[in-house]
Amino acid sequence: MAKAHVYKRDHINTDEIIPARYLNTDDGKILARHCMEDLDTQFLKKCREGDCIVAGDDFGCGSSREHAVWSLQGARVGAVIAQSFARIFYRNCINCGFYPIELPDAVNLIADGDQIDIDYQAGVIHNRTQNTTIHFKALPDFALEIVHDGGLLEHIQKTASK
Amino acid sequence: MGMTITEKILARAAGRDHVEPGDLVDARIDIIMCHDVTTPPAISMLKAKGLDRVFDPDTIVVTPDHFQPAKDIQSAELLKRLDTWAKEKGIRHYYPVGRAGVCHALLPEQGHIRPGEVIIGGDSHTCTYGAFAAFSTGIGSTDLAAAIATGTLWFKVPATMKFVLNGRLGKGVYSKDVILEAIRRIGTDGALYRAMEFVGPALKGMSMEARMTITNMAIEAGGKNGVIGFDEITRAYLDEHLRDKKNYTVFESDADAKFVSVETIDCSTLEPMVAMPHLPSNGKPIGECAGLAMDQAYIGSCTNGRIEDFRIAAGIIKGRQVKIRTIVVPATPTIWRQCIDEGLAQIFDAAGCVFSAPTCGACLGGFMGILAAGERCVSTTNRNFVGRMGSPKSEVYLASPATAAASAIEGTLTDPRKYL
Ligand code: SF4
Repeated sequence: MAKAHVYKRDHINTDEIIPARYLNTDDGKILARHCMEDLDTQFLKKCREGDCIVAGDDFGCGSSREHAVWSLQGARVGAVIAQSFARIFYRNCINCGFYPIELPDAVNLIADGDQIDIDYQAGVIHNRTQNTTIHFKALPDFALEIVHDGGLLEHIQKTASK
Repeated sequence: MGMTITEKILARAAGRDHVEPGDLVDARIDIIMCHDVTTPPAISMLKAKGLDRVFDPDTIVVTPDHFQPAKDIQSAELLKRLDTWAKEKGIRHYYPVGRAGVCHALLPEQGHIRPGEVIIGGDSHTCTYGAFAAFSTGIGSTDLAAAIATGTLWFKVPATMKFVLNGRLGKGVYSKDVILEAIRRIGTDGALYRAMEFVGPALKGMSMEARMTITNMAIEAGGKNGVIGFDEITRAYLDEHLRDKKNYTVFESDADAKFVSVETIDCSTLEPMVAMPHLPSNGKPIGECAGLAMDQAYIGSCTNGRIEDFRIAAGIIKGRQVKIRTIVVPATPTIWRQCIDEGLAQIFDAAGCVFSAPTCGACLGGFMGILAAGERCVSTTNRNFVGRMGSPKSEVYLASPATAAASAIEGTLTDPRKYL
């Protein structure tokens, strides 16, 4: 079970997820220490391993920095559930083996602090707090394959060795 | 059914006769742009995965820009990794510090951008090159790594939105104002997953430099790519700048190509625009925001750091003194030299501006002009998110070089038309 940290906001951008001033490194551990820093200075204190971020539309807009995904992965965020994602961020998530969950109306279906379970296979979120079952549209097959393999390069490695 | 420029380029790159929006294609990549923030991680990933190879070194163009010359030890390590790799892999098109410039200004200027080609870069503003009737888009480090190693990437063919730019730009109004108006109308995700194609008579009055300002900011509307058709202005620029591989294919959108939407902007009635904090879509005509006190003016970046921009800014600043910290950063060494040769550097210096060597630096809050808490900057860059140029409590106001220059003189947001 994971706790949901809900940000009722659209356009949360990569500068907020990992500010550009920290891009002088690609060390995931360092990046993790600044995850979401410009959005919520308390985030890292609140977030336990496997917790989820829930947000409005256009999550991850702005810079192409994959550092944003690495900092989320480094901070052990379990998943991001957003009403929609910015294109490059969405693609980066898949390439890093980090499942981006697109869920219309997410910020109204999940409240801050709710306990949720995600079944990626079935495309279902069980909201234990509100006792609801929420369906989301699973990734297309080819993207799912990349996520399953652990990321794009792992996928290339695997397909090359076939 | 006809195809748009974007569809035609992706079809060619995928070896297909026809594609439609939504199709997934494996596209051959013609040019891969590599800089100091996103490429070193890509190199490390390739090494770690035992895929340490370069599919075709001649498709790769390397320039450090974000933190060059190195601003601290960590960025020095990034630059070193990039440098070692470029040399080890025999990258011919490598621009080391001294020759390096802001990527999206440098690549066209050095003749690496050709119509009809597919260009990717580990940088969201890679969409800039679409001004040359090319397909170009930004990607992250893993995609970059995959493209370096395999020479191909998958793409979902985007549907195209059409933007008709009618009329002619008035005095003191520039292509920056046009794109700020377009983003104001559709929002920062108005073109999500879409291609933005710009057409119309107003383009005839715009140089390639001015057009690049428009396609540069396609990503600020969420667009996958921005594109402008080929014409005599494109040809003249290419004749001057292309070095090798002077052949290219010109694609045009068919008369019966399908556009998901059409937005018309009357450039004749447009006013100078300023995008207020903290979104590029918060555009306001200067009349509604003039007088707001600023602490810094920044003229530079891949959006507006080209020679034409400095000519415009210097024209306004000449013979006057700036009232606020004003940082002027030519985007490439060539532009830097032109600024000196044309006497623009002297004008900026005499007015009390900082005239810097090429770098991204302050545009992304890296170095060379960081904002303190509570400070406001009028900037010719493309993004005004929270903390973009420094403290999360600072504010960035996006504007044209003319508006930034006029504002530098008065110390407040200022309509440039009174200085023209
Ligand atoms: S000038 Fe600014 S927007 Fe352009 S590439 Fe550099 S950091 Fe990015």
